[in-house]
Amino acid sequence: MTKMTRRGWITVIVMALLAVLPPVFYLTGHAFYLDLATRLSILGIATVSLNLVLGYGGMVSFGHAAFVGLGAYAVGIPAYHWLYYSTGDWAVSGLAQIPLAVGITALFALLTGLVCLRTRGVYFIMITMAFAQMVYYLIVSIEEYGGDDGLVIDTRSELPLINLDDPLHLYGLAYVSLVVAMLLVRMIVNSRFGMVLQGAKGNEERMITLGFNVYAYRLVAYVISGAMCGYAGALLGNFTTFISPEMMDWSRSGELMFMVILGGTATTIGPVLGAVVFIVIEEVLSSFTIYWHLPFGLMLMAVVLFARGGLTGLLSRTKGGKE
Amino acid sequence: MSAVLKIRSLNKSFGGIKATDDLTLSVEQGELHAIIGPNGAGKTTLISQLSGMQTPDSGAIRFRGRDITRMAAHKRAHLGITRSFQITSLIMQMSVLDNIALAVQAGEGHSFRFVRAARRVAALRDRAMALLERVGLADKADFPTVALSHGEHRHMEIAIALASNAELMLLDEPMAGLGTEESAQMVELLRGIKGQQSILLIEHDMDAVFALADRISVLVYGHIIATGTPGEIRSNEAVQHAYLGEE
Repeated sequence: MTKMTRRGWITVIVMALLAVLPPVFYLTGHAFYLDLATRLSILGIATVSLNLVLGYGGMVSFGHAAFVGLGAYAVGIPAYHWLYYSTGDWAVSGLAQIPLAVGITALFALLTGLVCLRTRGVYFIMITMAFAQMVYYLIVSIEEYGGDDGLVIDTRSELPLINLDDPLHLYGLAYVSLVVAMLLVRMIVNSRFGMVLQGAKGNEERMITLGFNVYAYRLVAYVISGAMCGYAGALLGNFTTFISPEMMDWSRSGELMFMVILGGTATTIGPVLGAVVFIVIEEVLSSFTIYWHLPFGLMLMAVVLFARGGLTGLLSRTKGGKE
Repeated sequence: MSAVLKIRSLNKSFGGIKATDDLTLSVEQGELHAIIGPNGAGKTTLISQLSGMQTPDSGAIRFRGRDITRMAAHKRAHLGITRSFQITSLIMQMSVLDNIALAVQAGEGHSFRFVRAARRVAALRDRAMALLERVGLADKADFPTVALSHGEHRHMEIAIALASNAELMLLDEPMAGLGTEESAQMVELLRGIKGQQSILLIEHDMDAVFALADRISVLVYGHIIATGTPGEIRSNEAVQHAYLGEE
């Protein structure tokens, strides 16, 4: 274990670049790149948590954007209501909003997971998507919060010591959160709980026969994943300061899923790498042509077809064999 | 001797087919009870009902005096029933040692433990290693499971069944697909286990069954037509007519 694997090096290098480059760009007058890095770090938190259920747990959730959206609305709705009230000297709305985002998404994951996890395979995909669409239409129908026009967040979450109106602070929080999310998922998957989760992905019947209540283990993983996505949503709301039901559209869930698969499932760095590459390529292609979806789609297909194990698998393969 | 497992008048149908037909059977403490029968006799269906993967239509299953007919599969494991699968059922992506360690972990209460890395828990690893030594696979511990031969997979199945220290082992054709030499190794392995745990063995390999079993039951079309010692079964006319004669 003392010798670092190639994948370990990739992880360290990618994360080191993410720590250094965006602030440097920002300080040298290229604010746009910090913006980009903030967005992909936040999405990275969502993909890392999706990877816990998708990559390690084998549960193909097609509804994770709903958690992100709910997390964002947990910031947006309180901000909307408290807007004209005086916040006083102790401005700590974030200490209420962020736990609210985590709590609500955990509860939503628990309630929907109780139902979804009774199903398998394609049915699980469909039912997770159905629940997400229910939330989508619920938000669309609430005129008070802008319906499908969305809601502008006038005041960002207020936290002690951190000023989210400062792009560098916001990025710092997003980046540190991403690192913590990666370490957290890594710890979970290597724990006894994680071994059960992975075992159930490999052979459910065997795990049940051994005496594991696979359903309960999956449910707990699903709740952890949903809550982490809710946290990412809270950050995303603070970043964009504009939230709309479109954030939880099924195609958004598909994008999250795609980032995970693109980067490499069941790896620590894969989901982050997927988010980075996805966002950067999207940005580059869309600057060349408004028809960027076509080449983008083709590239993604090529990765899925020719790079098993995603980009992480591609990069960590040594010459003449795979590691 | 007292019965560890008692099955009374068990019935299970799939559509119009009676896979289990008024089946009554017991496994005594420490006994190796073998069930033989032609293909399609309902052997695997029986094991599935005992382990809880399928629910009987009627009848009762009692384990150590407790009714477990409709108990959930994972709860039966905690009571002390373990099963091996006819078709090798391992977690192929994991290492050999990980597979066994998970089986050991299953016996240690719940696994909602999130912090400590499972591979660093010496109690799990040591016990798993000891089990691998017992089935002769210690040198393959770090291999990916998928890289092992079929015969080695069968041995892993036995190690997993042993891991739980279960009072009753349900072994579903442990010799399936094994060559002559591998079968002989498996017979030796099972002979070593026999007596320590009660075993219900379902097996096609007649040589193995007659070498190992204390009692044999003959299953035909879901119904047990005879139960007795190997000697009694060998000389039973109904059995010879229904089964042995056809072989």
